[in-house]
Amino acid sequence: MIWQVEFTILIIVIILAVGALSVKDLLGAAILFGAYSFMMCLLWAIMGAVDVAFTEASVGAGVSTVLFVAAVFRTSRRTEN
Amino acid sequence: MRAIGLILVVILGSVLVYGSLEFPPWGDPMSPACCHVSPYYIEKALEDTAVPNLVTAVLADYRGYDTMFETIVIFTAGIACIFLLRNFQKKTPQSRLYRHIPTGITLRIEKMGKFPETSAVFERIDSVWVPHDVIVKTTCRLIVPFIQIFALYVIAHGHHSPGGGFQGGVILGAAMIIFSIAFNLRSGIQRMQERSTVMLSVLGVFIYAATGAVCMILGSNYLDYSALAHILGVDPAMARSHGILIVEIGVGIAVMAVMVTLYYNLASAGRYDEGL
Repeated sequence: MIWQVEFTILIIVIILAVGALSVKDLLGAAILFGAYSFMMCLLWAIMGAVDVAFTEASVGAGVSTVLFVAAVFRTSRRTEN
Repeated sequence: MRAIGLILVVILGSVLVYGSLEFPPWGDPMSPACCHVSPYYIEKALEDTAVPNLVTAVLADYRGYDTMFETIVIFTAGIACIFLLRNFQKKTPQSRLYRHIPTGITLRIEKMGKFPETSAVFERIDSVWVPHDVIVKTTCRLIVPFIQIFALYVIAHGHHSPGGGFQGGVILGAAMIIFSIAFNLRSGIQRMQERSTVMLSVLGVFIYAATGAVCMILGSNYLDYSALAHILGVDPAMARSHGILIVEIGVGIAVMAVMVTLYYNLASAGRYDEGL
């Protein structure tokens, strides 16, 4: 496998993970987490685990992002503390 | 507190990295994981189960218990979500918004006013987030059948290509969720009611467990599909292939229903009234 591609994806995964943890906006964090899942899906595909990549793409990047957004939609903008 | 947390994370992370240095290299044929049962699966799976995709053969046949209890875990997640979020209190909202479809005018009807019944002229819209988007609705209407066909293909073709019950079920549920997002939660619930989502998730788990029980009744081990050979009229290897298909259909139904349940409960905070 082309190691440059793999290396780039790994760097992007780390950046997205740190971003999803540190960003203030919850909706932004949900979207970043979806992007993180998608990059992980590419990594699985590179490593030859196509079934896992498929699951990650459908569950991680697809449905769980929607569920996060649905949950964020039910939160209010400001909290007490 | 933050400093202690940071120090802990750094220490534990370095321990993790130190531990993973001892791992065998990626794809090493001599690693312990590749020495024990993997050669048997790789050499005998096609012969035993007539399934070309090794992953499916291992997942649904050799490790059938694992997959069954994974399905039960997902089912339990759906039930837990209902227990935590479902709110049966009937609370009439203070005011409702209706759209007069021919003119596009939005009406706000206060609590004392008379809510129009469902008709072709008035359409109830959510009070929080009110898009009126013909493009989104039409695109969704066009694309949902294709997503559903693809999901069925993923479930049915899991023997030969990546895919199977879990992925197909999730895609099938996602089609329903896309429909609910593009229209609104109420029209989604009209298509697939709460009762039917719960019943379907039970049905999926039941199909899986009952297949195992039938194998047991026919005199072999639980989830040993080769016992189905007499019923299906095929040789034992092919019977295991068919058994995998039956089980995958059960998993697909359960996962689809649980995904839709989760979405309904999360999007409407358990009220099944207004949502994303």
